[in-house]
Amino acid sequence: MVKRFLALLLLAGLGGIFASLLAGYIPDAELNLTARYYADHAAGDLGAANIVTAIIVTYRGLDTLGEVTVLFLAASIVGLVLTHRQKHDPRPGQPARTRAPVGELLTTGTRFLVPLILLLGVYVFMNGHLTPGGGFQGGAIIASGILLLLLADPLKHFSHGLISAVESLAGLFYILLGLVGLVLAGGFLDNRILPAGELGALISAGAIPLIYSLIGLKVGAEFSSMLASLSETEEL
Amino acid sequence: MIAQLSIATGFLLILIGLYGALIQRNILRMIVAFTVADTGVNIVIVAVGFMAGRTAPILDAAVPVADAAARIIDPLPQALVLTAIVIGLGTTALMLAYAFKLYEKRRTLDIDKFTDLRG
Repeated sequence: MVKRFLALLLLAGLGGIFASLLAGYIPDAELNLTARYYADHAAGDLGAANIVTAIIVTYRGLDTLGEVTVLFLAASIVGLVLTHRQKHDPRPGQPARTRAPVGELLTTGTRFLVPLILLLGVYVFMNGHLTPGGGFQGGAIIASGILLLLLADPLKHFSHGLISAVESLAGLFYILLGLVGLVLAGGFLDNRILPAGELGALISAGAIPLIYSLIGLKVGAEFSSMLASLSETEEL
Repeated sequence: MIAQLSIATGFLLILIGLYGALIQRNILRMIVAFTVADTGVNIVIVAVGFMAGRTAPILDAAVPVADAAARIIDPLPQALVLTAIVIGLGTTALMLAYAFKLYEKRRTLDIDKFTDLRG
């Protein structure tokens, strides 16, 4: 009971801080200096129609590299923590684990939907520089396709080798593209190693579509490996 | 007004999430509470970038390059939140993996049963 009271007291204090923040909040009428710079220069300098993408992939590309690294680390640790169980999995010689069938609707729906979901994911990360979306969203959509596959067949085993190959190759090429920017353009992860092209065209914005596609593949592979690791904890 | 409402919603979600994380005894429920608080933080950051009467920071026929600065909302919070969402998913997956490990070892998810660090 004391614990609950203390928690409520703490939250009341925090709520007070939040309330005073909210009371003093005045929305900006104009863009601040940084945002204004991005709004004015994203199209001219980088040729990207989506300013958020320009910030993520180029202006703050190093942060994104760090973020992808954090995600990679999380996926590796999830894999590491959960590998223990995989060793005890029955090998093909032993009787396979069985489960009640998941139902006709889900199996048929999966067969129909998974290719479409993968296609949508690829579309989202290919068009990251033009429309809302990009590598992270596209990668998450691809992983949701994998999740659907796992729901339809919970005992399905994905090839961890394939997933980590996609993941490492995408990461490698991402870094390589960044290094090429160091030589041919203004700096690490500069997108101007390729011509900026026409604003709004699919092939434009220099290396942004390329980099974002690599990020999409990497994020999709990382999420999929997390899902696969978590699903292999089935039947405890 | 919309900005204030969204920020208030975000703050409320943070408080609900923290309350859940402090009060719940089941590790899975604590993880869910953390994700609720996480969502609240994201809503607050996005809402701070909101400006009434403006549109998304994507240049097209409706938003010409010349007066982009007068037509779009702040793109920076959106970029930050995009990052935060992905990292949040990574940490949630990590928490779930650790919760699984704890369950495997002790066959319980009750946080009160884990007393190893109690002095």
